[in-house]
Amino acid sequence: MNRKMVYFLIGRILLLESGLLLLPLAVSIYYADGGLFPFLITIALGLALGCLLCGLFRTDDPVIFAKEGFFVTGLAWLSVSALGALPFVLSGQIPNFIDAFFETVSGFTTTGASILTDVEAMARSMLFWRSFTHWIGGMGVLVLMVAVMPNLSGRTIHVLRAEMPGPTMGKLSPRLRDTAKILYTLYIAMTLLELVLLVAGGMPLFDSAIHTFGTAGTGGFGMKAASIAGYSPYLQWVIAVFMMLFGINFNLYFLLLMRRFRAALRSEELWTYVILIGTATALICWNILPLCAGFSDALRSAFFQVTSISSTTGFSTVDFDQWPTLSRMILVLLMFIGACAGSTAGGLKVSRAVLLFKTTRREIRHLLHPRSVTSVRFEGKPVESATLISIGTYFALYMGLFAAFWFIVSFQPGFDGVTNFTAVASCLNNIGPGFNLVGPAASYAGYSPFFKVVLAFAMLFGRLEIYPMLISLSPSTWLKK
Amino acid sequence: MRIILVGCGKIGVALISALVAEGHDMVAMDSRSTVLEELTNQYDVMCMVGNGADCEALQAAGVDRTDLFIAVTGSDELNMLMCFLAKRQGADHTIARIRNPQYNDKSLSFLRQQLGLSMSVNPELLTAQELHHILKLPAASKVETFSRRNFEMVELRLKEDSPLVGGRLMDLRERFRARFLICVVQRGAEVIIPRGDFTLQAGDRIGLTADRVELWKLLKAAGLARKQARNVMLLGGSRIAYYLSKMLLSSGSNVNLIDTDRAVCHKFSDMLPAISTYCGDGTHPELLQEAGLHNQDAFVCLTGMDEENILVAYYAKAQRVGQVIAKVNHDEMARMAEQMGLEIVISPKDVVVNVVIRYARALQSSIGSSIENLYQLMDGKAEALEFIISEEADFTDIPLKELELKKNILIGGILRDRRAIIPDGDDVILPGDRVVVIAGQRRLNALGEILQ
Repeated sequence: MNRKMVYFLIGRILLLESGLLLLPLAVSIYYADGGLFPFLITIALGLALGCLLCGLFRTDDPVIFAKEGFFVTGLAWLSVSALGALPFVLSGQIPNFIDAFFETVSGFTTTGASILTDVEAMARSMLFWRSFTHWIGGMGVLVLMVAVMPNLSGRTIHVLRAEMPGPTMGKLSPRLRDTAKILYTLYIAMTLLELVLLVAGGMPLFDSAIHTFGTAGTGGFGMKAASIAGYSPYLQWVIAVFMMLFGINFNLYFLLLMRRFRAALRSEELWTYVILIGTATALICWNILPLCAGFSDALRSAFFQVTSISSTTGFSTVDFDQWPTLSRMILVLLMFIGACAGSTAGGLKVSRAVLLFKTTRREIRHLLHPRSVTSVRFEGKPVESATLISIGTYFALYMGLFAAFWFIVSFQPGFDGVTNFTAVASCLNNIGPGFNLVGPAASYAGYSPFFKVVLAFAMLFGRLEIYPMLISLSPSTWLKK
Repeated sequence: MRIILVGCGKIGVALISALVAEGHDMVAMDSRSTVLEELTNQYDVMCMVGNGADCEALQAAGVDRTDLFIAVTGSDELNMLMCFLAKRQGADHTIARIRNPQYNDKSLSFLRQQLGLSMSVNPELLTAQELHHILKLPAASKVETFSRRNFEMVELRLKEDSPLVGGRLMDLRERFRARFLICVVQRGAEVIIPRGDFTLQAGDRIGLTADRVELWKLLKAAGLARKQARNVMLLGGSRIAYYLSKMLLSSGSNVNLIDTDRAVCHKFSDMLPAISTYCGDGTHPELLQEAGLHNQDAFVCLTGMDEENILVAYYAKAQRVGQVIAKVNHDEMARMAEQMGLEIVISPKDVVVNVVIRYARALQSSIGSSIENLYQLMDGKAEALEFIISEEADFTDIPLKELELKKNILIGGILRDRRAIIPDGDDVILPGDRVVVIAGQRRLNALGEILQ
């Protein structure tokens, strides 16, 4: 394995993160909230480490393969989270490093699960950094690196493929670097649009920025104990619609930009996603109607919560833990499905769910008519059996991992099954809130440090779609030459 | 430049590798997804599964924004169709691989015109041409053809005993009684565009233009063409062998061909009556001796097996044949053979890659200028540019010696009514001419820039 190149890339990532930390540094200077030195120290440390790694591991052989791609991705996310946790610890806002690490991982993986019991007491620059990690993690740290840093080899596709969510990765342009740039341009444009719409709706600029970052990365860190509940219906609608938009495959936006409307609107995944959201909203709206002030209130709450959960954001306008069982059940199901591949959202992804359903249907048909030969089609094209097998394997691994995490977390005394189940589901699918003790009105503060680390890893496994973390953590990667 | 390439076989992949290294934006298309998967892991290209003759697939690949479209699938007909469709859908330039000899005779120019092809590549023909140059011009390191093959420029290195050494250029023309022009001289690291009072030295690398007939006359007079191979033995009756024998026979060499297949031998002797064919296994020394190996000036191995070519080439070398050439398709094996001491190893893939790369470079330089064609000379240190003279040009009808050209600029050739003129000071440029300008260390975009 080309270890030199792996460590070199990690160095580059740390340099990039130091650059990104300048933004919260500026915020802390503006608000003079005591965040200056924590950020300065972190930036200095990041620069020193980054330069050291880049200097020590400069190599003439930039060729990397799939294995290095997975390894770099896993390692990069761990180191970025560790460095990103420092400002919280140094400023004393989250004194415990484990807590800060959990919070930062939750930020970068766009989960939005928090150990903070009182968000509103946080310094502004810290809140900003916490939400900004969502924005960075949404499209991906490594994608950003490819977009902004020159002179990376043509084989960086392995890194991108490991980081981009979804079963396959499509290039938008001949060059990887241009593809990464296009993705970030779209991302920035949509972020700005939401920011403008929120500010136009009367939300203060700082609040708008925080909530836009939370929406764009489909993360869900807010700045109020009641999340979005305190804001006007217009603002809630804007956020709800954008949560849904950020859950759509970015390749479709590129197609729209290229004026290939028909190709974009023919997407099977898009329609499945829209129908899923529509059905769930209708069912929940009907189910919670008696609890609400009126139809428009019920519709807004239902739509907001459905988009929030299915895009794996995790904002809330009401304490949906108080909703009837049917609505809560629908939300749990949506947690697992997630949003579209190639978006900033987490979860299993709609395309995988569709393909699993179609494969199952074919298997049943095959049982009934053993001589039948049918191909599984998706997006108007037959899907290769290798892809189907890998999706099946991924699903099995995903479920196995879910069971394993649930089992480990069950050792935590004093927490009930529903709490643990939804906590793990929520972390693995990068959503944020669960039910009962980790519901929208509560936090993860009650878990003991060991379980916080376990849940943080669950988030990383979920965001990177298992394999990069599995490979980075497996002993064979570290031991073998 | 944005380039679409269809057909990711051996040549396709070699082209992609070279074009990506040149910094082009590549879209690779093939109907086999496994090939593309391998490709996308190795090179920074966009891969699309699809048939290049499918208009929708071409649209999806962005053919309307494409500068160059290259079709190198295994089928000539498919390549032609794809290039035609791509051109119609907005690709600026198209290159098709057309290898069937039936399409490569007189009908080729008609086909190219009708299909709007910018270039057709025939790996076997190109390889044969390269081999022919090596065999016929032992002293030339490179031969460049301009303006649809009407001009040739040979690059030569002057030895101490060369009759060209020591004379001033303006006297050389008188001495050899031939119209020729020394366009560019490389002395050490410096590239010079020489004037009439320039004196050549031993060790200079020169670029010399003349039209076909004159060139041979001159080379003969200057004692540069003396070592050319008169008796050539070819092993393996491939397409390359066919093209090469045809060229060799027409330039007066004796060709002996060995092939294991009797039918192939018959076909060759039917098509090329002057050839001597031997049917048998070329790996048997007796057969080679019987066919007269030790009388040969050159021996060329062209069978489909790399290993056989390399081994037999060694045997021929050991038998003291003057020049031994082996065709080797696999890069790795070619490198091994060269390391082990075979001097000339030729790979059709490399030949095609060189031709296409040269074309792509020229295309890139000519975007946004009035250059018709651009050729690189002396490893890219000088350029030959081809222009068409418009009616408005203000330097027509003036003898060249009265034109005040910039330093390091030279008019290397004029093409008028399909006739090549190697100009001297009394020639004039007329509207409608094609002119080849040689420029050193300077990038020209329009013909107007050559004047002071």
